[in-house]
Amino acid sequence: MRRIGIDVGGTNTDAVLIEEGKVSGAVKAPTSQDVTTGILDSLKKLAETGVLKGADGTPKKVDGVMIGTTHFINAVVQRRQLTRVAALRLGMPSGASLPPFCDWPEDLATLVRGGVWMVEGGHEYDGRPFMPLDEAAVLKAAHEMKAAGLRAVGISAVFSPLDPTHETRAAELVASVIPDAAITRSSDLGRIGLLERENAGLLNAALADLSRDTIAAFEKAIRDSGIAAPLFITQNDGTVAEAGQARRLPVYSFASGATNSMRGAAYLSGLSDAMVIDVGGTTTDVGQLKLGFPREANSVVKVGGVRTLFRMPDLLSIGLGGGSHVVLDPLSIGPVSVGYRLLTDAIAFGGTQLTTTDVAVASGILDLGDKARVAHLDAATCRKVFAEAARLAEEAVDRMKTEAGDVPLIAVGGGAFLIPAKMAGVSQVIHVEHGDCANAVGAAIAQVSGECDQIFKDMTRVEAIAAAQEIANGRAIAAGADRASLHTIESEDMPLAYLPGNSLRVRVRVVGDVAATS
Amino acid sequence: MSRRDITEDDIESLAVGAWILGTGGGGNPYLSLLNMRALYREGRRVQLMPASDLGDDDWVGVIANMGAPLVGIERLTDHETIARAARLMERHTNRRFDAVMGMEIGGGNGLRPLMVAAHLGVPVVDSDTMGRAYPEAQMTSVAVGGLRPCPLTAVDVRGLESIVDTVPTWKWAERIVRKICVEYGSTAPTCQPPRTGAEVKKWGIHGTTTKAIAIGRAVREAQRTHDDPVAAILAVEPGQLLYKGKVVDVERRATEGFLRGVVRFEGMDDWRGSVLHVNFQNEWIVASREDEPLAMTPDLICVLDSVSGEAVGTETIRYGQRVTVIALPGPDIFLTPEGLAHVGPRAFGYDLDFRSVFAS
Repeated sequence: MRRIGIDVGGTNTDAVLIEEGKVSGAVKAPTSQDVTTGILDSLKKLAETGVLKGADGTPKKVDGVMIGTTHFINAVVQRRQLTRVAALRLGMPSGASLPPFCDWPEDLATLVRGGVWMVEGGHEYDGRPFMPLDEAAVLKAAHEMKAAGLRAVGISAVFSPLDPTHETRAAELVASVIPDAAITRSSDLGRIGLLERENAGLLNAALADLSRDTIAAFEKAIRDSGIAAPLFITQNDGTVAEAGQARRLPVYSFASGATNSMRGAAYLSGLSDAMVIDVGGTTTDVGQLKLGFPREANSVVKVGGVRTLFRMPDLLSIGLGGGSHVVLDPLSIGPVSVGYRLLTDAIAFGGTQLTTTDVAVASGILDLGDKARVAHLDAATCRKVFAEAARLAEEAVDRMKTEAGDVPLIAVGGGAFLIPAKMAGVSQVIHVEHGDCANAVGAAIAQVSGECDQIFKDMTRVEAIAAAQEIANGRAIAAGADRASLHTIESEDMPLAYLPGNSLRVRVRVVGDVAATS
Repeated sequence: MSRRDITEDDIESLAVGAWILGTGGGGNPYLSLLNMRALYREGRRVQLMPASDLGDDDWVGVIANMGAPLVGIERLTDHETIARAARLMERHTNRRFDAVMGMEIGGGNGLRPLMVAAHLGVPVVDSDTMGRAYPEAQMTSVAVGGLRPCPLTAVDVRGLESIVDTVPTWKWAERIVRKICVEYGSTAPTCQPPRTGAEVKKWGIHGTTTKAIAIGRAVREAQRTHDDPVAAILAVEPGQLLYKGKVVDVERRATEGFLRGVVRFEGMDDWRGSVLHVNFQNEWIVASREDEPLAMTPDLICVLDSVSGEAVGTETIRYGQRVTVIALPGPDIFLTPEGLAHVGPRAFGYDLDFRSVFAS
């Protein structure tokens, strides 16, 4: 397996090549306004190191290029490049007082809400139809959408994760009227909780044009760089999806950066169960690796002010980083940071703001900038600053730990120099080679996943979990996984209060390697 | 105290406070909050009145949604449907309501009487019959008081309407209405047996909407000023801080239609090295530290997110969450021998004598 991992960050676009289980090349290029130029530059730099050519000078075969990007979430947060969406909900007469977009921030709703249609349809918790699908009303809605010039459509139905047939049928009907419609069915995004699932679907539909253009630009950048390999986009849960699927479901790529860092830390250290501390320029993220994946937060996550349910890593962020402001009397570090202005504002680089990086330069840990400018910081002062940074890090790690004993801690990111070799509650602090590119490494090694979250009735627990596993496997294979390598990394089941019979909600997640290209 | 307007800000606070008084159950009030915001945007307003202002012969509707919280987050209840349950009761008893009140202040039901009040144009009584959330209809102050357990109404958004005219006991009421609810799809807006003003004054648990608003306001204010939200609750309520820790294990099982289980916590800060178990049946029932009972129903056990101060529910609590556990005093009526027979630890199958956290 030979793959290229690319992380498009706020400041740098990192690219790494992984082959034979090792990082054989790692480069950084500035992130560009249009994103693709930065990717092209980083790939060019990687090629310049010579690692993409074999001993005989011919290009090596690359199995995949995996890109992690914050492009889509930024579009939502910054309210730009969004497409107007037609919302079609199948569930009347229930929920009439809480229509689609009802809990969106008004500014975003104004941009995205192209129209709302609510018709009869949907299912009960036990699979009985709630109401028959009103196909005539769906067709009428589709004609109205067409007349209004709407092409992006979000379809949601009551209990569609259990039975998606109404959403699927409605999508066919809409497509018969608007052949080039970009349709998102909420059941493709999974979880139970109509409003949150519908919100995710509407956001996804709003990204239809941006997603199409961005993925096409990524593909062109790779082609232009002369690399013949399929494109994968990394997902929030540390896995990847083929470009085709990622184009259809851009919301799944929302928050992959932190996840990639943690997965990269696991790979570079060879550990699958450990704490990870990722020290950036402004913030430090602490998370926990279990079986090589970040522990997930399973709760409502707000994206640009919209409530959604997503697979997101459970992280604790604190205001500590390589650019954090340092005040000496009384001693304090952060949370304010010079951020991307480190190379102009920090004292060692001719600026006036004392930062943690200046302290590291003064004590000889980092060889950057002009050491003479920070000569006024004596050894005792430096020790005190490092002790304070260590205290902040120690507290954050302790809060995220779920076991009492000492655990290993992997330190990655450009600011990892702030993490001392010994810490309370930590058996061993591990600094790794290429730790400053851990996110690109995490992208390069990402696997493919599939998930199932459904209610099963009148089955034994074992049967229900097996059924959920089969569904999750099918989804993983559809997303590009190799069947033989699939294994379950999460299985959670919950009996349901007040529902008759043996109702069990089962959530299973499987992962596997990317199937080799033929 | 007399009648007053409930403001938009009060409703936001009520949603946070009702979820905390839900002691882990009752469903997250978020969707009820959205319904109330929609009603207030239409210009409707609701008034809150103390029970003491009721005339003895006043007719009071008791409002509750029954069903599985999980169904409630797919089949979203709308405010008109729940008002229909009350109108059906008015028709059946041939009497208009002078006011409405909630069966349970805890969880989503804490806001539902407000939706009905907005539609019927009557005030909400600042009282309920649980002072928290409990899983069954006989776990109320009016059941402890031996008041008449019928009639009841239940409706479905598709136009179905049911009246249960006569049942001999509260347990029968629970059994029959639960069956109707299941046929409706495990969610049903209901109107519980109506009460006279005299009955509410004698058997209601009073001041609970005001209490929920005060708790919610304290938490929201602390969130705004980045102060400790749990300390803010304890500043407005005579509660007790029991524990701070992390969730290290969640075990759930469904038995007889209830969600039962136990959550294990490991201590943080002053509780480092200490282990807490909290058993639940939809709501938190018994908390034990180092295997010794520490707090139990009818005292309220509230598991709160340590950072936000908001409630953590038994259906959604999850490995790794950082929580603070507090106890609030249970309603006096449940501390009597008759009250404990309905909602004490033995009513939930625990062979324990009730001992209050607040016993001196």
